[in-house]
Amino acid sequence: MSDTQVKKQESLEAYLTERRGQRRLLMPYVTAGVCPDWLELVDAVIDAGADAIEIGIPFSDPAIDGTTIQEATVVALEAGMTPARCLTELSQRQFGVPLIAMTHYNLVYRYGHERFADDLVAAGGWGTILPDLPMEHGADWTAIAAERGIENVLLAAPVTSDARLQRVADESGGFVYVVSTMGTTGARAGVDDAATVLATRVKSMTNKPAVVGFGISNGETAVTAAKAADGVIIASALMRRILEGQSVEEAASLVAEVRAALDEAYPAG
Amino acid sequence: MTDTSPAPVASPEHMGEPDELGFFGEFGGRYVGEPLIGACEEVEAAFVDAWGDPAFRDEFIHVLNTYGGRPSPTTECGNLSEQLGLRLLLKREDLNHTGSHKINNVIGQALLAKRMGKTRLIAETGAGQHGVATATAAALLGMSCTVYMGEVDMARQELNVFRMRLLGTEVVPAMSGSRTLKDAVNEAMRAWVSEVGDTHYCLGSVMGPHPYPWMVRTFHEIIGTEARQQVMDLTGGLPDVAVACVGGGSNAAGLFAGFADDPGVRLVGAEPAGGAAAGRGVPAIVHGMKSYFMQDEVGQILEAESISAGLDYPGLGPEHSHLAKTKRAEYFPVTDAEVLDAFQLLSRSEGIIPALESAHAIAWVTKAKDELKGQTVLVNMSGRGDKDVQQVQEILGEQA
Ligand SMILES: Cc1ncc(COP(=O)(O)O)c(C=O)c1O
Repeated sequence: MSDTQVKKQESLEAYLTERRGQRRLLMPYVTAGVCPDWLELVDAVIDAGADAIEIGIPFSDPAIDGTTIQEATVVALEAGMTPARCLTELSQRQFGVPLIAMTHYNLVYRYGHERFADDLVAAGGWGTILPDLPMEHGADWTAIAAERGIENVLLAAPVTSDARLQRVADESGGFVYVVSTMGTTGARAGVDDAATVLATRVKSMTNKPAVVGFGISNGETAVTAAKAADGVIIASALMRRILEGQSVEEAASLVAEVRAALDEAYPAG
Repeated sequence: MTDTSPAPVASPEHMGEPDELGFFGEFGGRYVGEPLIGACEEVEAAFVDAWGDPAFRDEFIHVLNTYGGRPSPTTECGNLSEQLGLRLLLKREDLNHTGSHKINNVIGQALLAKRMGKTRLIAETGAGQHGVATATAAALLGMSCTVYMGEVDMARQELNVFRMRLLGTEVVPAMSGSRTLKDAVNEAMRAWVSEVGDTHYCLGSVMGPHPYPWMVRTFHEIIGTEARQQVMDLTGGLPDVAVACVGGGSNAAGLFAGFADDPGVRLVGAEPAGGAAAGRGVPAIVHGMKSYFMQDEVGQILEAESISAGLDYPGLGPEHSHLAKTKRAEYFPVTDAEVLDAFQLLSRSEGIIPALESAHAIAWVTKAKDELKGQTVLVNMSGRGDKDVQQVQEILGEQA
């Protein structure tokens, strides 16, 4: 526990809703422990223009992840990263933007819902993304998290039916994570039109921010993906740079580039 | 059994239908990402519809009988019975086409996939038996097929890799993690996400997201249904114990289903000591289900280690976790050394070379022979050992 953390004054949803009025949202993803100076990487991507950060807590069987995040996961696990260590290290720093923990549900389940929620709050966490915890099974976690002001973000996929999408839109906390393509996480050359179609569907159902993830690799794909959405998530492309041995500054320059491209394409948010 | 043999018992008390969300007691569920929810719902709806359709069941049984070699016999093991001081019967799934019980599930799912309009099958495989069975069904039904297999397993089971290729299937190595069965499952699930339109994921055991544990068990119930009748015919009564090896648990589930509602029949699962999930009694959520898994204190899934690739899985199906928790079935670990002994013992005394997986069940019987004295013990011979003789030769050669 640390009291150096910025106290959160509002909900993740309110924070992101206010921000999206000014610019497209940019949420980079960093695997905890992907490099020894991963906390500096978090700082650097915040400086480069992030509105929130997703912190990936590495899991042994990352079935939803593509090859890059899998590699990042292996590196982080070999470096000894654990959920407790991740949250403790985060709690010792102060970050200017909300953190959102992204992981597979088993790690939260084993940690214990109450304890995970408490430690996440202490770490500066505002939300969780647990892609393998669909809403049917998520009531326990969502309720315990909500008591501590943690919002649980749900995912929407191109194949999600209208009826189900409406439930996702209603029940998602913070924002709606729009899965741009039918695949695992991973940088792609282009972003499917599916992203635009799905973001449009989501926005017709809710006022919550809709943020597109999966497959965003650079400024161009970010601008395309953000067309109908409130923002984008950039994960694999950023982790790829670190895995290739780039420095924190070099890797973070990708975020700056995407920030600039988004701001140029969408000057008024 | 004839082509029109009735379906297995509708709803046994202990192995009934899962609840609406796919739980057996507290185990099971559908813990998958949003892109796969629709696919699981589609499989569930198609399965419920097909299984309720007598024409589908007739076709299923017809293919199993005329192509798969069913019904498989039950064999009385005179020599070994005498040696062990009990009455040993084997349900001979090793005599099925492709050499194991796996064909039952695969024919069921391939027929279902066809009915759903899918043109392609994907599967994971450990020992290669499920991969070979899936490749076989794909060839039979004119579907294309890709099988994911851990790189380590591909080396251990080279012949099965070749068999699959011969059958026209593409075999893709799973290179992540321990490069064994659990990684092949991860890889297959990833592939399914991106190809869900025309592809059916033909999961090989009673595991994964709802409806797979239930559906795969249902396709294997024929093992228990046949065995129950055959044991009655041979002995005039029910067995005292029904034993099967447990990787994911499909051959065991099929056998157990025939006896779950017979309170006098003890149900025993033999797990590899290096992959014994039930004994540890700690649930995890992975591979789409909540079930017992080997894991470290923070919840990272551990790598199983077993002489048999087909049991090299750190968890087991959710219905088995439920049967373990409710104590309707018991699960015991056996070591690789005990398995090697059992492998040779059955070969020499009965002229039946078992799959290393099935040898686990025999190994438990030999270990427990004192408590089983005088009892009728039914073992599911889930597969034949052809695929394993080379590996065993290497091990025994080293020991000599
Ligand atoms: C002969 C044989 N028995 C058993 C198994 C284990 O599977 P399950 O536990 O699903 O029966 C396998 C898996 O490859 C097998 O080939």
